[in-house]
Amino acid sequence: MNKWISTVSPHFYTPRNTQKIMLDVILALCPAAVASAVLFGWRTLPVIAVCVGTCVLSEFLFEKLCKRENTISDLSAVVTGLLLAFNLPVTIPLWQAAVGSITAIIVVKQLFGGIGQNFANPAITARIIMLVAFSDEMTKWISPAGFFTDIDAATSATPLAALTKGGALPSYLDLFLGNHGGCLGETCAAALLLGGIYLLIRRVISWHTPVAFIGTVALMSLLCGKDVLAQLLSGGLLLGALFMATDYATTPNSKAGKIVFGVGCGLITVLIRFWGNYPEGVSFSILLMNILTPYIAKLTRPKPLTGRVEK
Amino acid sequence: MKLHGIHVPHKKNTAQQQPVRMAPPKTVAIPMSMHIGKPAKPVVRRGDTVKVGTLIAQADGYISAPIHASVSGTVQKMDEITMTNGTKVPCIRIESDGAQTPDESVAPPDVYDLNTFIEAVKNSGSVGLGGAGFPTFVKFVTKDLSVFREVIINAAECEPYITSDTRTMLDRADSIYRGITALKRYLGVKTFIIGIENNKPEAIAKMRGLAAKTEGVTVRVLPAMYPQGGEKVLIYNCTGKIVPRGGLPLDVGAVVINVTTLAFIAEYLETGMPLVEKCITVDGSALQAPKNVIAPIGTSIADLLEAAGGCRTEPAKVLYGGPMMGIAAPLPDSPIMKNTNAIIAMDAKEAAPPKTTSCIGCGACASHCPLRLDPRAVATAYRLDRAEELEKLCVDLCMECGCCSYVCPARRPLVQTNKLSKLMLRQYQNQQKEGNR
Repeated sequence: MNKWISTVSPHFYTPRNTQKIMLDVILALCPAAVASAVLFGWRTLPVIAVCVGTCVLSEFLFEKLCKRENTISDLSAVVTGLLLAFNLPVTIPLWQAAVGSITAIIVVKQLFGGIGQNFANPAITARIIMLVAFSDEMTKWISPAGFFTDIDAATSATPLAALTKGGALPSYLDLFLGNHGGCLGETCAAALLLGGIYLLIRRVISWHTPVAFIGTVALMSLLCGKDVLAQLLSGGLLLGALFMATDYATTPNSKAGKIVFGVGCGLITVLIRFWGNYPEGVSFSILLMNILTPYIAKLTRPKPLTGRVEK
Repeated sequence: MKLHGIHVPHKKNTAQQQPVRMAPPKTVAIPMSMHIGKPAKPVVRRGDTVKVGTLIAQADGYISAPIHASVSGTVQKMDEITMTNGTKVPCIRIESDGAQTPDESVAPPDVYDLNTFIEAVKNSGSVGLGGAGFPTFVKFVTKDLSVFREVIINAAECEPYITSDTRTMLDRADSIYRGITALKRYLGVKTFIIGIENNKPEAIAKMRGLAAKTEGVTVRVLPAMYPQGGEKVLIYNCTGKIVPRGGLPLDVGAVVINVTTLAFIAEYLETGMPLVEKCITVDGSALQAPKNVIAPIGTSIADLLEAAGGCRTEPAKVLYGGPMMGIAAPLPDSPIMKNTNAIIAMDAKEAAPPKTTSCIGCGACASHCPLRLDPRAVATAYRLDRAEELEKLCVDLCMECGCCSYVCPARRPLVQTNKLSKLMLRQYQNQQKEGNR
C-alpha cells in the first residue's frame, strides 16, 4: 500500500464556499433586477449586461496580465457589476457604464490585491467616481413607464430632490413599489427587502448593519421633523444598507463593529441629505465608513476568553 | 454568555453496535510515547517472553506513563517507529502466540487512600483516553484535597463518527458507577457532573439511571454543538466558570475526566489488568461496514481495518480520531495507541484536499471560535512575523478544535496558521525569559 495523505486537521468542511455565498447575493439581487426592467424598461438589461460583462472581463484580463490566479469563478465580479448597474440611471451611456466597471474592478479591487483585500466597496467607489466624471449623465432621471419606456423621455425629479427642494412626492405605495425616478436598482423597496430577507435567512448577512443604518436614518429623520417613511423608502438607502454596507471585506466583522458602522453610515447619510449639497448621501456615507473600518474593527474586536488572569 | 461553536454532521453510524473483540494480530508495534511527557523506558529485551499485562516499559520521570504488553508472545524486535508528527520514538514489537494468556502478576491493586489510589492509577498506564493522552494520575495529585470541588465526567463525544464513549456508557455503566464511588472515596469530591450531548438519548437515559442511585451526581444534557467536549468549553457549560489563560481546570476547582478513562480506572481497581486494549470506532467513507472494535494496543491500522471487515475501496487518508481534530496516520502499519478512540478511513473523494482561495474577510472564523479568538488577525500577525501581536491576540488559548477552518468559505488553513503562531509565540516568550535573566 502507498503512503496515505497527511494534512492538518480538520478533515472536512462546511459545504458553503465563496462561490456559493456570491451566488446567494446574486439571487438576492434578482428581484430588484426584474423590478427595474419592469419599471424602467428594456434598457436596464443592456446596462446590467455591460456592467457585469465588463467587470468579469476586466478581472479576467487584469489577472491574466499580472499572471495572477484567475478568480472570475468566485462570482464576486458579477456581484460588483450588478451592484454598480443598480447604482446607475437607466439612461446612462453604455460606454460610461463600462468605464465605471473597469474602475471598480481594476482601480478599486485588483490594484489593492483582489477579492477581500480592497478597503472600499468597488461598486460604491466607482459610482462616486462616475458621479464626478459624468455628472450630467449620472443625474438624469426619467419616470418609470413600463418595459417600453422611452429613455429620451422628459427628465423627472427623484423623491429625495423633491424632499429637499420641494415638489410633488410620490405616494408611499409608489415609493414602496419603486414607481418613481432614481437609479435603476434602488427604487423598488419591495424587491430589495425581499432580497435582503433572503440573505438574512441564508445567514449571508446579519441584521446588525442594516438595522443600525436604517434605524439611525429613521431616528434622525424623526428628530429633525422629516417624513420618516419617505426618507426610508427613497434614494439608495435600502440598496446600500442591505447589500453594500454588508460587504465582508470593507466593513467590520464583529456585531458591535457592525452596529457602529451602521450608525455611522446613518448619521453621515442624514447629514448629507438634510444639510449637504447632494440630495443623496448613502454612497458617501458607506465609502467614508469603509475608510474607518480597520479602526472600528480594532476597537470592537471581541475579547478572547481568558478568564480571570491573576496579577 | 454563550460560547460559539458549529453544527457538524454527527455521522454516529456505530452507536447501535456492540463492540466486537478482534483476534490478536500476528504482531503488535508498541511505541514508547503514547502519552504527553517523556517516553517510557523499555524493561524487556529481544527474545523475552511476555504475557498480556506484562510491564514492558516503565514511566521515565514524573509526567510519563508505564506501558504493558497487549498480547502474549515474544519480543521480536526493539526498533524505532515514526510518529504522526514525524518524530521517531523507540518501539517494542511483539510477536503474538495467539493465546492472550494474562500475566500472573495481574492482580487487583491494594488501594486504601489517596496515595495508593494515585499509585494505582499511575501503574495502570492510564492516559486521557478521549484523545489528549495526558497521564491520568497527574490530575489527582495535590497537596490540598479541598481544591477538588467537582468532577466533570466528559461524555460529550462531540466529534463526528466516534461512538466509543457512547458504547462505554451503554455497556460499562457499572464501571462508571464504581469509578465515581472510588473518586468520591479517595478524592473526597461530592459533586459529579456528567456532560453529554443531546444526540445520545440512550446514553443519557442510562446515565440518568445511574445518577438516580448515586448521591451528588447530575447529568447535564448539552446541545450537540461542536466542540462541546473541549475541556474549557465543557467546564464553562457545566459550571459557568472560565479556566484562566495558561491555567488548568483545577484553578476553577474542576477535574475533568473522560468517561471511558473513568470506567477503565474502575475496572483496573477490580482486576488489575492495565491499559492493553482500546475500543475503537472504525468508520469512514472507505469502509465496507463501520464497526466498534476492541483492539490490542499496537495493532496496526491495516490489521484493524481488516478485522473491521475491510475497505470498500482503497483508503486515501486515514485518521487517528475524528474528522475535526483527528491526526492523519502516515502508514498502514502505524499502530493503535492508548489515546486512539477512532480510526476513520476516507476514500479518495472525501480525502481530496480543498482548494484554498483568498480570504474574503467574512469573519466567520472569529464568530465561530469558542474561545473568541480572531484567526484572521492571527494569520496576518503570523505572516508579518509579529509575536507581540500574537500575544495580544491570545493565540496560546487556541485548542485547535477546527471550527475556524471548518466554516471558512475560502478554505484557509486557519488551524495550521494557529498552530504555527502558537509555536512562534512560545519561542518569542522563551527568548524574552532568557533575555530577562
